[in-house]
Amino acid sequence: MTTVITVPPMLDDQTAEQLFDQLAPVPADGKFLLDARHARWASPYGLTALLTIAQAREQMGGPRPAFAVPEAEETASYWTRAGFFRYAAELFEIHGTLPRGRGPGESGVLLEITPVRQSGDVHGVVERIQSKAQTMLTRELNIDVQASGRFVMTLSEICQNIVEHAGQGGWVAVQTYRWRQRLGGRRVVVIAVCDAGIGFRRSLESLPGRQVSDRWDDGMALEEAVIRGVSRFRDRGRGQGLANTRAFLSRWDGKLSVRSGTARISVVPAWDDDQPLREKLAPFPGSQIQITIPERVAAEAPATTRAATAGTTRRTTGGR
Amino acid sequence: MIPNHIDVSSVLKRTVCDLYSNLVTRQTGAAVRTEIEQQLGELRGRTLTVIDFTHVGLLDFSCADEVVAKLLLRYCGGAHENDAYFLFRGMSDDHLHAIESALERYGLALVVERDAGDADLVGAVDDGERRAWRALYRAGRAANPADLARVVGSTPAAAERLLETLLERRLVLRLDDGYAAVGRVR
Repeated sequence: MTTVITVPPMLDDQTAEQLFDQLAPVPADGKFLLDARHARWASPYGLTALLTIAQAREQMGGPRPAFAVPEAEETASYWTRAGFFRYAAELFEIHGTLPRGRGPGESGVLLEITPVRQSGDVHGVVERIQSKAQTMLTRELNIDVQASGRFVMTLSEICQNIVEHAGQGGWVAVQTYRWRQRLGGRRVVVIAVCDAGIGFRRSLESLPGRQVSDRWDDGMALEEAVIRGVSRFRDRGRGQGLANTRAFLSRWDGKLSVRSGTARISVVPAWDDDQPLREKLAPFPGSQIQITIPERVAAEAPATTRAATAGTTRRTTGGR
Repeated sequence: MIPNHIDVSSVLKRTVCDLYSNLVTRQTGAAVRTEIEQQLGELRGRTLTVIDFTHVGLLDFSCADEVVAKLLLRYCGGAHENDAYFLFRGMSDDHLHAIESALERYGLALVVERDAGDADLVGAVDDGERRAWRALYRAGRAANPADLARVVGSTPAAAERLLETLLERRLVLRLDDGYAAVGRVR
């Protein structure tokens, strides 16, 4: 029997939870079809998460999942431009017709979906995005030219999480788009980095001599890594990638979300109402990271951010 | 004093990939640092090495940690057989941003040469150390603790302690006639 998993019409970091919820009861050797026929739009997180689902299944030794292509030509064309089908064709049994060309129109794709497995891949990502990042940040997001270097540094550090900690490859994608409703229709740049590797909890557990308490879980692991900069390496210079990412995002009013295992932690700017920590989510391997930086508007006051911190977090459970 | 110059971009191209201009990833940083250490290992006696970042594009935090912080860690504290001093050149604001973050983690500092040719300290230095180093740098010649004490308004004993700390941190060096700031001595 094949389980049909419906891809939400608008697939982003929030609605991707619906995919993980539907996927959780499917046994490792069970067949499933990701039905994206009615999908209309997907964020970089959504697209990389879809690939990661197939990657996770492959690791579990399960049968190759099926994927039904979006019926809307515009959607399928856009996903092609984002590089999705190049990798989906390797991981899924594709049902439906793929667009022949890349399709017309401005895509907002700053970095097509790009596999990251090793150090050289991070070099490739940095080289490809460097010149575009400066133009995009200054012209479209009104962020000063100096920030473009720090933006690429941030991207490099986040991609390295895969190389250093995942134990296998993942994907990165960067895109700009305009929010229709939120933040008064401002433009945003979104980075998504997803893998189906060992995840934060197992990575931290591999620290030699590590003792874990009864309360140790994915949420605590995320708090340690994202908020306190704890790394599985004893080296003092380690664990700084996410800390420096947080510092950069704080300066530019950005948002950081990291999902791993059954938890999701977010550093939430004032413009967003996400929960700092969500637990008891449907289990999913690896880590899925999203960074969102909004367009700067004139006379914008620096915003405060909320983040999950030990003892102060109001923990919430379940999906949205 | 043996002068030495290391173009970090050339080391990157030679040791990792000749197409790369950005110093990113921990693996790349470790490879570049290892090559620099090998070059330094071939020198004997007191050396002043210019670590030149002029042709390096981007430097990320991991590479700053691997290339700069770990290089300094190896030579600071006086336990190393090589009497090595460093002057960092060609650093952009972004380079410095990444490097300062790494240096703060270990309590390290370095001497950076600015575009105008002046030098300054970057990293973890307290006010007293910075004042003493700048006084020495401005003096442009070797100074003894009594000279420095007069300039910074301390006792000679306190000035000597500061100079010894700066010496241990490889930010000043000891000459026959006193101490001199790295960046002044060539």
